[in-house]
Amino acid sequence: MEIRRRKNQIEISELDPFLAELLRQIPASANTQGAPAAEQRIFSAPANGKESKLCAEWKMYVEPELRRLFQTATQTVNADLEQLNGNEKSLANRTLRIPTKHADAWLSALNQARLVIAAKNNFTELELNEHFRSPIGSRRDLSLFQVNFYGFLQEFILRELDSD
Amino acid sequence: MSAEPLASEVAVPLTPGTVRPKSAAPSTIGAPTIEKETRAEEELDLPWQVVVHNDPVNLMSYVTMVFQRVFGYPRDKAERHMLEVHLKGRSILWSGMLEPAELYVQQLHGYLLLATIEKVV
Repeated sequence: MEIRRRKNQIEISELDPFLAELLRQIPASANTQGAPAAEQRIFSAPANGKESKLCAEWKMYVEPELRRLFQTATQTVNADLEQLNGNEKSLANRTLRIPTKHADAWLSALNQARLVIAAKNNFTELELNEHFRSPIGSRRDLSLFQVNFYGFLQEFILRELDSD
Repeated sequence: MSAEPLASEVAVPLTPGTVRPKSAAPSTIGAPTIEKETRAEEELDLPWQVVVHNDPVNLMSYVTMVFQRVFGYPRDKAERHMLEVHLKGRSILWSGMLEPAELYVQQLHGYLLLATIEKVV
């Protein structure tokens, strides 16, 4: 896999089918449905339990706005990922081009996905710091790899934003 | 590093809610009861702080970028707060009135950071 900036795009080329599939899974991975721990992390409380009125108002007025914000980001990413669709069974490498104006949406969607996966798997800080653990021997290892791979993409996008 | 905010970023504590003078109306009418309203004003005037808590998932570079964007902090100050979160578990990013504190926390949640509003004790 190669990742580089080309004018107003971030180009991820030489994507093998496995990594392309991981990218395709970003929107689905960001979904908190059926995972209370993930829901709780994505929509965390704005204050401790003593501020019950503030928390209740937050749930009623702010949370729906945040939900819309996160959904818009994953929809943008989903639309960009359309480039990877078609011939899913082919073993050929793919190229994905992300417009730099979508960088914030990608940062958000990648972050949502990383947080949801980490919450669902209840990863410890130690596990999350083992960036180069391999090989992938279980579903849990695969999820950890996914978190790290998405983190690597985030780092690249951040670096590109920083250089603008 | 102290968990307290830098002096330059702490809003000047507000004076407690202004207590209205007692009514000068004749005693037959009776002074209006304003105790409840006054208490509410006092609560609003208490300074609040925006606290960001450690989260092992969010990248350090991402957290720094969020602090720069949300609070307009220069990079070195944003990094100092990020490191405080990372090493001490929390950092106070801002102090002041409730309403802007809520807006800051809303923005931080929009970036998926663990942030809370706390009353200054």
